[in-house]
Amino acid sequence: MVSQGLTYALMVQGTPYSQQASHSALRFAEALPAQGHRVATVFFYHDGVYNAASMMTPPRDEPHLLERWRALHQTQQCELLVCVASAVRRGLLDEGEARRHGHSHSTLEAPFELTGLGQLMQAALHHDRLITFAP
Amino acid sequence: MDSKSILVIVRHPPHGSSWVREGLETALVGAALSHPPTILFSGDGVLALLSHQQRGALGQKGSAAMLEGLSFYDIEPLWYDQRSLEDRGLDVDQLMSGCQQACIADMIARHDVVMSF
Repeated sequence: MVSQGLTYALMVQGTPYSQQASHSALRFAEALPAQGHRVATVFFYHDGVYNAASMMTPPRDEPHLLERWRALHQTQQCELLVCVASAVRRGLLDEGEARRHGHSHSTLEAPFELTGLGQLMQAALHHDRLITFAP
Repeated sequence: MDSKSILVIVRHPPHGSSWVREGLETALVGAALSHPPTILFSGDGVLALLSHQQRGALGQKGSAAMLEGLSFYDIEPLWYDQRSLEDRGLDVDQLMSGCQQACIADMIARHDVVMSF
């Protein structure tokens, strides 16, 4: 990786499989290292939070988006941040939130993290670029 | 780096989805972190600026009250794209107070960060 490369923040607002946004975001992010750049933060907002559904089980002949996000986290050390307000109302809860709301199972797990919109702002301000992927 | 300017573009209509509300919430968080963004309404987003709006669909709060409150957070004026207004047969007289005409290209060029909703 070139040290002068840019750090990118991606905001993903599209739900997986029924819309193009998360597919495009992944392809963009996966292409960055070849250009000497890296994605530092992915922020999932709006229906984009469904990308973090831990039980996502697509047919074998379709791309497994959850695994692609995990791989991205591994290879580029990017944070995968999920807006807590968007996620909880749509049923995506990590262990702490699940316990707090009296549910027996969590539906979101690491490396995805529930976080607030402030983190989106921080990412926008601190990284070199912010790109929105929306339907 | 922290002095970056932020532009929030609202492209979706105010009813039938939560786009406008979620865009405005992002703008408000920016303001709370001492980075009040510029906000621009384009495409169907200009419909959010029509005056005399009631609550929205989806059993959610409407966006009109939020829009009227943005000036308290130093988010003003409410910029709109004239072409989007004309394409929808609308006139500036039909918009809420505090709206101002913008040139989209200039606006995007003048800001460091653009967030689109």
